[in-house]
Formats: sequence, C-alpha cells, structure tokens
Amino acid sequence: MTGRARTVTILLAFAWLAALVLAPFLVVAKISLAEVVIGRPPFTALLEWGEGAMPPALRVNWGNYALLFGDALYLEAYLGSLRLAAIATAVALAIAVPLAHAMTRAPARWRPALLVLAILPFWTSSLIRVYAWIGILGADGPLNRILQWLGIIDAPLAILNTDIGIVSGLVYSYLPFALLPVYASLVRIDPALGEAAADLGCRPLKSFFRITLPLALPGILAAGLLVFIPAVGEFVVPDLMGGSDTLMIGKTLWTEFFTNRDWPLASAATVLLVLLLVSPVVVLERRLFLRGEGRA
Amino acid sequence: MTFLSLRNVAKSFGGVTAVDGVSLDIERGEIFALLGPSGCGKTTLLRLVAGFEQPDAGAIRLDGQDIAPLPPYRRPVNMMFQSYALFPHMTVAGNIAFGLKQDRLPAGEIGARVAEVLKLVRLEGLEARKPHQLSGGQRQRVALARALAKRPKLVLLDEPLAALDRKLREETQFELLAIHRRLSLTFVIVTHDQEEAMTLAQRMAVMDRGRVAQVGAPRDVYEHPASRFVAGFIGTANLFEGTVAGQDNGLVRVQSPAAGCAVAVRHAGTLSAGTAACVAVRPEKLRLGDAGCDNGFAATVEEVAFRGEATLCRARLATGHALTLSLPNRARAGGDAPRAGAAVRIGFAADDAVLLTS
Repeated sequence: MTGRARTVTILLAFAWLAALVLAPFLVVAKISLAEVVIGRPPFTALLEWGEGAMPPALRVNWGNYALLFGDALYLEAYLGSLRLAAIATAVALAIAVPLAHAMTRAPARWRPALLVLAILPFWTSSLIRVYAWIGILGADGPLNRILQWLGIIDAPLAILNTDIGIVSGLVYSYLPFALLPVYASLVRIDPALGEAAADLGCRPLKSFFRITLPLALPGILAAGLLVFIPAVGEFVVPDLMGGSDTLMIGKTLWTEFFTNRDWPLASAATVLLVLLLVSPVVVLERRLFLRGEGRA
Repeated sequence: MTFLSLRNVAKSFGGVTAVDGVSLDIERGEIFALLGPSGCGKTTLLRLVAGFEQPDAGAIRLDGQDIAPLPPYRRPVNMMFQSYALFPHMTVAGNIAFGLKQDRLPAGEIGARVAEVLKLVRLEGLEARKPHQLSGGQRQRVALARALAKRPKLVLLDEPLAALDRKLREETQFELLAIHRRLSLTFVIVTHDQEEAMTLAQRMAVMDRGRVAQVGAPRDVYEHPASRFVAGFIGTANLFEGTVAGQDNGLVRVQSPAAGCAVAVRHAGTLSAGTAACVAVRPEKLRLGDAGCDNGFAATVEEVAFRGEATLCRARLATGHALTLSLPNRARAGGDAPRAGAAVRIGFAADDAVLLTS
C-alpha cells in the first residue's frame, strides 16, 4: 500500500469511529450533565441562551454522578454486572478453548462445517434463543424432566431467575464470540510444535499447557474481551432469565431510561460504564499489540 | 546385533501406500541416509521411527527394544524437524532446555548441558534470543542443539539442510560430520539431495514408491546401481537399452539399437541370450577418443557447458541416441573440451559400465 492510500484508509477509519462512536458518546456525556425535566426532550440544555446573553451560561449538573456514587443500588448493579460477566467469560473460555482445540484436531475437510455449526445459532434472533432457554431451564422444562426421570434430583432445580440462569444465558449467547478467536489463534500454531514437544518427552496434556496455551494467549485474551464487554452491559438475558433481585447495570439503565424517564441519570450510568470498560481494554490492547509486533 | 532394525514395516494413509514393507538394519554410530524423490516414503519412515505415526504392519526395534508400541514422548529418540519447529515463545536456551526439563534434571545440570550443546553448535552468547531474532542458519543450529541436548540413542534429521542456501549448506555438512564424530551418536538423515546424502552418510537407502531400491555405501550405490531407477536418481547415467547377445570371459555383449552395435560390459553373473538388459555408463566414465576402449562410437557434439571443475558435453550418435559426457578441466588453457558441432569418437571400458536388468 502506498503512503497516501494508507493515510486515506486510516482517516476513513477515524472518521467512521468519530461519527459512530465518539459523537454519540459526546451526546450521551452531554445529557449526563443535565437535569431531568418533564418535557421534550426530558432534560435541560447544557448551554442556556438567556435574553441575548453572550456568552451563554453553562449549566453543569454533577448530581447524577453524585447519585451514582452515593446510592448503593448503582454500585451493586455495576459490581453485579462485572461479577456475572466475569463468571460467564470464564465459563465461556473453559468451553471454547477445549472445543476449538478439538476443532483444530478434526480432519481438515470437516473444519469448515464445524465452524458453520458454531455460528449457526446466529441465524436466529437472539431473543428467540433466550426464550428457548427459558423453556429448557424452566421448572417443567426438558432439563428438569430428564434429571428427575434419571433420579438425579427429586424436585425441579430452580435455575431460572437465579444467577446460574443468567450465566447460562450469557455463556450461550456469547460462546461463538469466544470460540472463533480462540480457534483462529489455535489453528495458526504449527502442528510440528506439538510433535517437537512430544519428541522431547513432553506428555500431551503438559504440552497443551506449555506450548499450545501460551501461543494461543492473544486469541484467548481477545475472546475474553469479546465476551466480557457485551456481557457487562447485557440487558436481554438478565431481564428475561434473571430474578427480580438480580442487579445488572444493563437492566438498571433500561429502568432509568424507559420506566423512570430519567435520561440524565441513565446517561451518567452509561458514561461510567464506558469508562469502566475502556480503560482495561486500552491497557490490554497495548499488550496484545506489543506482543504481535514482537512475534513478527 | 543391529542398533535400529525395521522389519517389513508398512504404512498407508487412506488407501495410499506410503511405506510398503521396508526392512532396514542401521548400525550403532553410523550416519544413515534415507534418500529418494518426494513422495517415496522416506519422511513417513522417519516419522514411524519417531513415533508420530503407527505402522500398519512390521516391527521397529531400537537397541533390542520393540519401540513400535511406545508413544513419541517415551522413545529415546530425538528429531530435528525440517521446519525446525522451534518454540516461538521460548528463548534459545529455553528451547534447548525443554527436553531436559521433561526429564526433571536438576537446574545446574540443565544449565551445564545447554551451555555444552550451545558450544557444540557455536551459538554461545545467543541463549537469551527468541527464534524470530535469529537468522535461518542460527535457527537450524538451535534445532540441532535441541535434538542433541538429551543425548538420545538415535537422532533423526528430516531434511536438516534443505532451508539453507548453497554455501551455508556445504559448510554445515562438514560441521554436522564433525559433531557426529565428536558425539558418536547414530544419525538417520532424510534427504532428497543425493549430494547431501553422499557427503554425510556412511550408508544410504535409496527409496522409490515406498520400497527400498538399494542399500549401500555411497560409492557402492553410485558405481554399482542395482536398477535403472537408482542409476538415474543417483547422479546421471547414459543408458543403452538392448538384449543380451552373448557372453564370454566375464564380458557380456548387449545388442543395443540405441548404440547401433553390440556394447561390451563386465558382468559376473550368467545371463541367457535374448534377456532384456541395459548398459549404464556414468558421464565421467565416457572418454573423448576410443583408443584402447572396449566400446567406441562416432558422435557429433551438440552442446558444451563449462561447469568449473568439469565441462559437460552432449553428443549425438548416428542412431539419434544422445550421450552426456563430463570432461575434467585439467588444464587452465581449456584445450581438452571439444567445440559444438565437432565430429568425435566416444569410448568407454567394459569395466566402467554396469549391466542392469531391473
């Protein structure tokens, strides 16, 4: 690529990010500093244009942030989201890594079919898939029926409307996001490395942890982020599969926005969520980037 | 007792036969080369010995022990991979120490052994480098050092020099010989390069389509090829196809349409007249001028190629059959090479040709 073509490509990417990420974020940040009013829009303006007054008066309200930090409800919602998303990420990776490893070991002619199977659920609406899980995990759903029929349990397990229900839903919804990057990084590893490890006296399981896993680490970290970040802000799964006492920030946001019609507070919660998620990603991304460069 | 013994080893992949009943005996301390064109089964044979493949049939015994049922991590065998297969996330020292750590050697012992093999392959000072910070030649040495570090009974080398450029390859060949002599290990080398096999190996097996075509010292295989395939694969051979016309005093006369006459060749066995046979002569055994030769032909020189130590000549007989001659350049003035278009006599002694029947 010539220097000019590269500049144009980078500028296009920046323009895209500025228009579709930065600008909406600034709008949300602006609303987060307003006060709620009954009207349309339901918040005050940041700049007050009084009777021909120049410059216009700046009206900044930090009260929304004060409320977020002051009220235990929001803190718990943030922590609850982080906790459930972290558990779901760990479970998704624990499933995705061995599954992707098995896929790379499958005969080459089967691999495209296995990949298609992994992303096939995306062809249905996520809402329908979550509803399907409500049916599966319900008190008289197939899971409880089978477990009771096998005599493993006497009474139906209460999975729905608990944290386990939410984690199941999150893991199911985001598993493909974990599977694909892990698979992509595993499939790039030269199979001769595993043979070399075995040749030098290393047993298969140890070789997986000493050779395969470290080499797949960038892909595994990327997979973790791809699951963790959307899972933190997830609204559908906690709303449909969680209990009334489950606190996740996505659900709290929704309530503030649509039920309480408190746009400024919802916006402030959003700004905090973005800051919470972006800062560790920036650090990790740096590490991944440096790693990639070192390998070239 | 032979050190590594293969008996009727067979392996096929999805109905395609890769190794077809190979039996070989490799002695302790020798460098043995498996040589053949790509797809002849030499690499599969090596992988069977390393344990990456399981034989469909046959026995593999190392130092008296049947190793066929052992997984690769239990075999006292180490391999140097064609791609080197260095662990990219480990340093040079980490790569070399990897096998020693699997044996749970004490740290001091591991350090001493790593230093020892690094010295052997002349890579001192590069312990802390990662593979991507090394040149191709240095990576090749790390791969060799890693395969030697555990002092295995048997070292397998899969095309060890194929990725190096020509100059480096020639130097490394002699280094490999020196290392082998110093450690007195047994090396089995897979290569498709006949020069490499002849330089390195004390004995070699020439393979063709999953079978062993001939086993012997490089000189034996070169001067006494057992078949047309071996004669053509090891070096160049001028072939005169024909039928046996007669035999006396250890000389066989083969009536060859290609030569346009009977060709005399020394042969110990007895052959009945009419048997299909082939006389093979190496390019450097052909002489310009047939005075005192058992065989002589009139020919026209077509192409002359100066190659430094020798000049290659392509000459055509009246029958249309083409011969390749290699004429040594003994004088700097270069008076001994003919010009293209010259009419010459070409001759060779019956002792310098080989009779092939298969």
